[in-house]
Amino acid sequence: MKKIVIDVQNMSFSYGSSAILEDVTFSVKEREMIGVVGPNGGGKTTLLRLMLGLLKPDKGTITVLGKSPEKSSHRIGYVPQHRLFDPLFPVSVLDVVMMGRVGKSWGGPFTREDREIAAQALRDVDLYDRHQAAFADLSGGQRQRTLIARALASSAELLFFDEPTANVDSFAEQNIYNLLSELNKKLTIIVVSHDVGFVSRYVSSVICVNRLVYIHPTCEIDGKSIKDIYGTDLTMVRHDHRCSEKGHTWVNF
Amino acid sequence: MGQFLRDLQTYSFLQYALFAGLLTSISCGIIGSYVTVRRITYIAGAIAHCTLGGMGAARFLQKEYAFAVTPLQGAVAAALLAACLIALVKHYGSQREDTVLSAIYSIGMAIGIFFISRTGGYNEDLMSYLFGDILMVSQKDLLLIGILDLIVVSVVLLFYNKLISVCFDEEFARISGIRVKLFDLLLLLMIALTVVLLVQVVGIVMVVAMLTLPAAGAGLLVKRLWHMMVTAILLCLLCTTGGLAISYQLDFPAGATIIIMAGTVYFFIIALKRRWKKA
Repeated sequence: MKKIVIDVQNMSFSYGSSAILEDVTFSVKEREMIGVVGPNGGGKTTLLRLMLGLLKPDKGTITVLGKSPEKSSHRIGYVPQHRLFDPLFPVSVLDVVMMGRVGKSWGGPFTREDREIAAQALRDVDLYDRHQAAFADLSGGQRQRTLIARALASSAELLFFDEPTANVDSFAEQNIYNLLSELNKKLTIIVVSHDVGFVSRYVSSVICVNRLVYIHPTCEIDGKSIKDIYGTDLTMVRHDHRCSEKGHTWVNF
Repeated sequence: MGQFLRDLQTYSFLQYALFAGLLTSISCGIIGSYVTVRRITYIAGAIAHCTLGGMGAARFLQKEYAFAVTPLQGAVAAALLAACLIALVKHYGSQREDTVLSAIYSIGMAIGIFFISRTGGYNEDLMSYLFGDILMVSQKDLLLIGILDLIVVSVVLLFYNKLISVCFDEEFARISGIRVKLFDLLLLLMIALTVVLLVQVVGIVMVVAMLTLPAAGAGLLVKRLWHMMVTAILLCLLCTTGGLAISYQLDFPAGATIIIMAGTVYFFIIALKRRWKKA
């Protein structure tokens, strides 16, 4: 029996008077890889931020690794979108990865252990040979891998990705997904993505978010059935429209 | 240049001025780098202008009621208070940040002018507050400058890693358990102390230039934050020492000469970099 690492119960959240998420209930077990999909403005990022403890739910509860999200967030490795960073910020690749270790001490210089962990994290994402390069000089895919290494360096048990393949080329995209599958052997992974094709190939379940939240195992909606139902280049808006039209079914794991 | 070097050996005021420039350059290079990469020069500007309130009030108390406070101490108090206010508004307030900064900026100045007008005697000090007078630095001021410098340098040495994480990615820092608000406040307090040092050297009006120009120039040359700090310190040293020497020799105002030099160095680096890229 696998342990439940994230448990969301009857959770609602709104910005002011507009409801973003309503009565959300789902759970994630350890070493699962979950895709979070939905239209823009549907609440994907909000859901991620709630699970990270950056926002507080209005109603209901969120439990991450047995505690409140604020108390567990240091055990979560968060990988934001690389394009959010200031290209003029003077940091090397290794500097960025070392930031994963900063929360572990009160201050002062890094220890030898910190350096070894960061170097290993860079080897894990196959970027060690670029550790002295300036972060700004990297390609989109390399930047994304640097941010993954930073999350790994924090010795996280859960990894959260926000659109990991936005603004990277398709070769780098493939690389990143292979890397995620590799990491998934040890870690629980949650990936926010607009990419339906990806969802079917790599994750074990999909969370559909558009104010309401539903979770499906991907064995029920595999690549072929997604294509059958939605056509090949379907946007997430239509995806969700069809989902609600047909109605979602709850699946108990 | 000969006159400057000769007088430097004889006159203590010139030695104090040189030391004040050297000490200030250290914090200026370090904190200027943070201000530049974090893009918060407007906050540094607001704190700088607010120090006039503290200096005016301290001078009023000193002259009219014989309190044992110097304008420099008043500036420290005002700058720290402004930093705390800004942190409070940033993290807990619902007001627009720029509105509050403008309010702090102008109310601080207004209070300063009010007290200066209520203080007897000549108001020649006002000019030295606004435009700096490094030649007026006393031995006592130098001691305070040294202490402030020491505080800034030790805080940054201890918390360099935390501060760079907060500046680079506040959200990730918060998630990984760093007390972001605390370190943000710490950085603002360090900016406040550095601003006070710079007010002595170049004056309230030109503080922002001294915080940004050397650091921005350094940022064009190197690719890591601590390299940027070291380079910025060297550029600050060049500007303060060079500016002081030139202004003394030719009888120019020191603060303005230092700033013009900083500007020249900055544009020189930009030009140099363009030529590099073409070559």
